[in-house]
Amino acid sequence: MEIPFVRRTLDNGLEVLVHQDRNCPIVAVNVWYHVGSKNEKPGRTGFAHLFEHLMFEGSEHYDHGYFQPLQEAGASLNGSTNADRTNYWEVVPSNALDLAMWMESDRMGYLLPALTDAKFHNQREVVLNERRQNYENRPYGLAGMALVAELYPDEHPYHWLTIGAAEDLRAAHLDDVRAFFQTYYHPSNASLAIAGDVDVDAALSMAEDYFGPLPAGVKPGPVQTVAPPPRLVEKRLVHEDRIELPRLYLAWHSPTLFGADDAELDLVADVLAGGKTSRLYRTLVYEQRIATEVAASQNSRELSGFFQIVATAAPGHTLAELDAAITSEVQKLCAEGPTGAEMERGIAQAEAHFISRLQTVGGFGGKSDQLNAYNVFLGNAAYFDEDLARYRNAQAAGLTRVARQWLPHASRVALSVVPRGRLDLALADSSPVSVS
Amino acid sequence: MANGLQVWTIEQRAVPLVTALLLVKRGSAADPGDRAGLAAITGDLLDEGCGDLDALGLHEALGRIGGQIDTEVGSDATMLGLSVLKRFSARGFSLLADMVQRPRFEPADFERVRDLRLNRLVQIRDMPPALADRAFTELLYRGHPYGHLSIGREESLRQLSLSEVQSFHRQVYVPEGATIIGAGDASHDELRGLIASAFAGWSGRDTLDLSPAAVAAPPAAPPFRLAILHRAAAGQSELRIGHVSIARSAPDYPHLLVLNMVLGGQFVSRINMNLREEKGYTYGARTSFDSRRGPGPFVLQASVQSDATADAIKEGLREIDEIRGSRPVSRAELETGRAALTRGFARNFETAEQVARAAAQMALHDLPQDYYSTFVSRILAIDETEVTAAARRHLHPDRMLTVVVGDREKVETSLEALGLGMPQVLEV
Repeated sequence: MEIPFVRRTLDNGLEVLVHQDRNCPIVAVNVWYHVGSKNEKPGRTGFAHLFEHLMFEGSEHYDHGYFQPLQEAGASLNGSTNADRTNYWEVVPSNALDLAMWMESDRMGYLLPALTDAKFHNQREVVLNERRQNYENRPYGLAGMALVAELYPDEHPYHWLTIGAAEDLRAAHLDDVRAFFQTYYHPSNASLAIAGDVDVDAALSMAEDYFGPLPAGVKPGPVQTVAPPPRLVEKRLVHEDRIELPRLYLAWHSPTLFGADDAELDLVADVLAGGKTSRLYRTLVYEQRIATEVAASQNSRELSGFFQIVATAAPGHTLAELDAAITSEVQKLCAEGPTGAEMERGIAQAEAHFISRLQTVGGFGGKSDQLNAYNVFLGNAAYFDEDLARYRNAQAAGLTRVARQWLPHASRVALSVVPRGRLDLALADSSPVSVS
Repeated sequence: MANGLQVWTIEQRAVPLVTALLLVKRGSAADPGDRAGLAAITGDLLDEGCGDLDALGLHEALGRIGGQIDTEVGSDATMLGLSVLKRFSARGFSLLADMVQRPRFEPADFERVRDLRLNRLVQIRDMPPALADRAFTELLYRGHPYGHLSIGREESLRQLSLSEVQSFHRQVYVPEGATIIGAGDASHDELRGLIASAFAGWSGRDTLDLSPAAVAAPPAAPPFRLAILHRAAAGQSELRIGHVSIARSAPDYPHLLVLNMVLGGQFVSRINMNLREEKGYTYGARTSFDSRRGPGPFVLQASVQSDATADAIKEGLREIDEIRGSRPVSRAELETGRAALTRGFARNFETAEQVARAAAQMALHDLPQDYYSTFVSRILAIDETEVTAAARRHLHPDRMLTVVVGDREKVETSLEALGLGMPQVLEV
């Protein structure tokens, strides 16, 4: 299984990938810039994401909102920022490909002349509201922030979330924006993927026409960081929140995206909490009924990963009970490994997931996005089949080994999120943590 | 089929997956008055064991074939979706059929699922969007089949018995009136064969009243225009502004599709550009006409910073008012607004699941066979003056209800000054 493509690198360093799919008369255009919140500094967090917003506010040769012409052409479009990268995409009817290319190239090359204080201030307000909506004003909304702040030292690029700190956003200036664009937003730091109802040569030629003339810029070096020191003693934290049911977050440092053991840990997450057949669901939700929900994930990123288990206590049950049951299941998995049936299921689900990823050309996770992900993170846009092979080739013994290696009790961060005034519901000896 | 089940098949060969979508034309609007939540919990229990398989056994069987089951219980219909690797399609269809025809409905599973739902209701107390949706729904549709969230209410869930669930299942999950859509990497004959093997033995007749919501008396408008549910120290207010609107079958449905795109249905729309891009009050504001088998709600929804609550409401109502005529839809707005429905139309048919869902809409709303092939020209035939006229007919800002979930202390004074009367104070 694969996503076939043709690749060309322009003189200015822009990598162009084209995948033909005539299934539907649409084309996806997807641009990745290899910059994310990991490129920020303490005191200026939230910047990469705020910048992403500004990319939609007009560029020199089209100084109006980005959405208008594309929506008028019948496109769907969006963008996103995470710790490692920023992506922008549109899905257009096949005959609007040149519009999409023109718009993307203009903002890649010519954003700054259109950048004004008014736009900057407006989008800062929008982002502050995004922060309120998705983090501050929702149950457990700030837990993730507390968790990464503990997992990673203050200077580590993953110490803060992509949304950033409100006071940092308020302290930012337009000059910071200009500097950011000049450092990170240019062809030599970008990858362009086009997927859909296209003629490959025509698409490559169009990319050359629109993006070719842009100056290369200097490709920024990789983020320098020191891996977080191995944790030797479990750290327990408690955060009070406006919630009804206490929740436990457990996290361990884990492999990087596509790194050794990454796929195995992904499958471990599946065995532990992937759906109703999983161990933690079975024990906590189905049999003992001490939790209302449980989830596990291998959150792998470019510099480092973390493995997380989250469980919400059912009324009348404590986080200590949840912790005991979870710890017991994790230890059992480390001791005995997964069963043959669990391996069969995990791999069948992974295969179905990969197949289903081939259905869409655009949007988040569509084929164009995937090509860019493989290209930017690995330098190998053809990785799809190898990626699937990481799962297909996984063995029970491999899962057992990685569980033992990466999930020892002493390496955990355990965050209890409890209703206000109910510190007693946290795990014993938890230190209060404050996030806002 | 002989048992009354409608069968639709769609070949879509992009990837080796097969999708099955089963549509039953009953949803939460079929909940008896004092049993809000019955339809949803019945739907939720279908994957808790069937035939020889208990809950875990069923999910193991699904997992082994790379299968995925999703159940959605809406107000007018329930949809069960299955996606499975092509090579396992026979097993997948057979499991789906067992779920629908032979659910085990064990007492222990019922208790557990009920408790999970009750816990969910507890958690809703801290979720501003859910609180706003619930208050808005209950106030607009008091006494009407649409007057509750499909999850139901604490009292009704507690009073529910397993035998009521079994009874509801017997009455509602019958082939007559139901539609199954098979879509994916198989021929029409193969898909028909899969469906026939799995569902030919299904029997039963629907004995409930037809579409309760379509025949129910229209709900009385709430006696106040402004309501607030207090959330101390909230940094944002959750807003719902709207009133009861059209059913899907209304002749103005396509006009309101276009109107909605212009008013608040996509990023470039009057309300989003105003509240987000001009004023920076919100991460996003939108409108929708939720046109159902019966008259569904029109709603403007947004989460806005607390200190802008009153102004956001004022601006929202002003936009709704102006589009009715004092600032009519322009030709340029029409072009931008309808483009997603016309130029962008093909995007809705990329995957087998999308096509199956489109077919499900045809089945649910009795749309003609050529509905999608004539859709674009139908939209293109509507000009901007007709859109404005439809706004005049169907948007009545002076009758709209505004629900605010936010910090009363911060916003109450400014709300009182809006001219919508004193805010009615709601309890969680």
